[in-house]
This record gives sequence, structure tokens and C-alpha cells, in this order.
Amino acid sequence: MSVYFTKDHEWIRMEGDIAVVGITNYAQEQLGDVVFVEVPDAGTRVDAGGEAAVVESVKAASEVYAPMAGEIVEGNAALADDPSLVNSAPEGDGWFFKMKPDDAAAVNEMLDEAAYKALLADLD
Amino acid sequence: MAEDAKDLKTTPLDGLHREYGGKMVPFAGYSMPVQYKAGVLQEHLHTREAAGLFDVSHMGQARLTGAHAAEALETLVPGDIGGLNGGQMRYTLLTNDAGGIRDDLMVTQCGNHLYLVVNAACKDADFAHIGANLPDGVKLEIIEDHALLALQGPKAAEALARYVPAVRHMVFLTGGAHKINDIPCFITRSGYTGEDGFEISLPASEAEGFARLLLSEDEVMPIGLGARDSLRLEAGLCLYGNDIDETTTPVEAALTWTVGKRRRAEGGFPGSGVILGQITDGTDRRRVGLVPEGRAPARAGTDIQDLDGGAAGTVTSGGFGPTVDGPIAMGYVRTDLAKPGTRVNLMVRGKAQPAEVVKPPFVKQNYVKD
Repeated sequence: MSVYFTKDHEWIRMEGDIAVVGITNYAQEQLGDVVFVEVPDAGTRVDAGGEAAVVESVKAASEVYAPMAGEIVEGNAALADDPSLVNSAPEGDGWFFKMKPDDAAAVNEMLDEAAYKALLADLD
Repeated sequence: MAEDAKDLKTTPLDGLHREYGGKMVPFAGYSMPVQYKAGVLQEHLHTREAAGLFDVSHMGQARLTGAHAAEALETLVPGDIGGLNGGQMRYTLLTNDAGGIRDDLMVTQCGNHLYLVVNAACKDADFAHIGANLPDGVKLEIIEDHALLALQGPKAAEALARYVPAVRHMVFLTGGAHKINDIPCFITRSGYTGEDGFEISLPASEAEGFARLLLSEDEVMPIGLGARDSLRLEAGLCLYGNDIDETTTPVEAALTWTVGKRRRAEGGFPGSGVILGQITDGTDRRRVGLVPEGRAPARAGTDIQDLDGGAAGTVTSGGFGPTVDGPIAMGYVRTDLAKPGTRVNLMVRGKAQPAEVVKPPFVKQNYVKD
């Protein structure tokens, strides 16, 4: 099962024709302690690169973008009760939303793991 | 970033910050730690439970000398500086001719001089302003060779007393000269977290060594600017540049208590006409505390509306209070909405989020008053 990445430090895992989206470990480290997350409701239409969710740390608020155009099928309700899941399991239970992309092939435009690791190496 | 970083000044504790994993950010022209490895949340909670060590060496320190130093300073601030006895300190404001606030500062009466601590971002302008407005015989000496450490929290006294036993007997808002292992230093029982604590001014060359000793104490952990901000917000204390600035008056900012009784009668400070008029006649807006419903923080710049959707004001500081365990904010609202218990809406990302007006602080202040 392939995981893709964006330059905005989000990950996308395809499960059939559904994309699960979250933020990377690097992103949660940059944010620090997450205290609030707002995820989109099922049925919300999102544009590629458009704001889809909000994540707030003690320090600041940040947007989470939809990596592709499509429709939200589920927001992660667990993050309302326990936003710190984003810190403790950013690439697992701390996922933000699941969406049905208009064009599932759009993930092929994203970074693969090697390309994302190269991007992180450049940031150091 | 790399180019900017070259122009940043560093404090005497720069190496120590990096050794402790400080995440360094530019702040008021200095490279400062926003947090260490523990993170803002843990650093905040630790300060409220035990003791936190803050490097505040970027702040401006100065001495005002001369027989008439207090009178001279009173021409620039509305505080009762002449009424300070030896060893007493006071929070006051440099005001402008329109009644706005140029900066907030701490002033300690040291007998033969006044000791001033001003904000880092304002220090050059403050010292130029003070220096340009002094009579003959009063001199401003900027202290550039000293670091400033803040040790804050309920266990601060216990930890510091192992090195300076006399600090046990100090009360809040007093200061005096002490020695730490023969190093002359100036210690005040003060701070900006809502907790008991101390600020220690000591020679720059000795600062790292003493900071290491304090950090070797079980109670003490290094704390960055992130937690400094959340601690002062919970304590209801103003951040200059956010909650107060050249356009806000002490009366609007709910800092009327800083205008001394004698000063109200006599005036004679910049903007006194405006400020004394407002004390009598009131103002159109007032700084209040705000507790949003739910979990979403309302950040600085968030519009405030009344329940009918009318413009009511703006949030000036807002975020998550780790000790409160929820969002808190401060801002200016129309005076008719300033009464505690009033309901308003905070426009967070275009959605009305209900909030209640409260009187800060958001947590109990733990100052040692006697």
C-alpha cells in the first residue's frame, strides 16, 4: 500500500478509491503540542489545495489543505476529544479526514516517500 | 531565514539554549528559544507546579541616577515613583502625549538610583526617549553587561534560596542587591507569569554558570517564549504590542490602577489631560478577558461581535491556556459589553463562536505578599 506526500507536509494513503489524509511527523514536530483540530464534515466538497481542516497548537493555528479535489467522506471524530493524537500518532490514529478524489490518479502527481525524505533533508 | 539569522543578537545563554534543545526563533532582534525539548504545554504546566527558568536577557535594563531621578521619571510615567520606598518596585507605563502607551516597565527604588526593566522590542526607543527628557543632574545608564534570568513558580523560592538564603524573606515587588557565590547580583521578587518568582540581574560572564546551577536543581526546567506567552495570558497580563500600544490608553487597557492617587491629583505626565479625563468620563472601549465556549482558540485579530452581529471589538491576545485547559483570550470591547458575564461572539474563521466576558486573571495569582 502506497503512501504519498505533499510539499505542505501532508500524507495521503489510498485505501481503494478512498484517500486518507493526515500531517507528517515532521509537521507535528514543527507545530508542537496540538490542542484543537477542526475536521470537515462528510459531504463537504474540497478543491485541490483548498483549506480542508484546521490544526491549532499552543503557539498558532495552521490550515490543512485538501491534496486533491473531491468529496469528504469522513472527518476523524477522535481528534475532537483527543487532539494530541496528531502528536502521538500523526501517521496513524491522528489522521484528519478521508476523501473520495474526483480523479484517484491525481496521487501519482504527489511525492513518493523517497522524494519527501529528500525534501526534508533539504530543510535541515 | 539564514540571512536574517546572521543579523540577530544573542544573549549570554545562547549556547545553553542550544545545548538544551531550544528551538531558536527571531524575537525583537534576538535569537531566542520559543521552546525546549519538553514543548510549550509541559513547560507551562511545570512552571505552575514547580519552577521554570527563563532567559529574559533581551529585555532592557538601566539605572536612573541623580537626587531627582524619581521626579524626573514621573514626568514620563503616570505611576507614583516618588512614593516608592527603598527596595520597593512598581509596574508602570511610559505614556505619549495622546495618552497612549509607549511601553510598560518595572521600576525599583534602589536608594541611590532607580532600576528599570523595559521590553526588548522597545528598549532602544525607550532609552532614547527617557535620555532626551532628563533634567541636569539625572542620568540614564544603560546596563549592557548584565544578563537577566527569571525563575518563576511555586518552588522558585526554595530553589533560589539554596544559593541566596535571604530571598526567602523577600515579598513580592521588592528587590535588593545580593551575592551568589561572591558574584554581585540584583534580585527582585517579581515576574510575569502570575506565579511567585524572581528576576536575577547578574554579570553576563557569570550568567551561564549560574543558570546551569539553577537547572541542576530538581524543581527547575528551562522555559521558552511560547510558555512565557501562555503563562502571562492566563495571568491576565498585557503583552506590549498586542494588548497595549501607542493607540491604547491606560484607562482603555484596564490599567487605571497604575495611575497613582497623587498623580491623578497633580497630573504632569504625558497625556495626563486625556488619561485623567477618561478616568472621570469613561472610555468607549475597554480591555476584558474572554472565555470562548468549546475548544477552538480565538487568536489575536479575531473580530468580536455583539449578539446582534454588530461590531464590538477585537481580540488582542488569544490562545490555549494549558492550566485552564481550554481557550482564553483578551481583547477590547465596547464599554457597554465590558461587564463580566456579558455574552459576545468571536468570529473564528467566519463562524460566530460564543464567548463570555470575564475579568482577568484566568488562573489564581500566587504572589507572596507578606
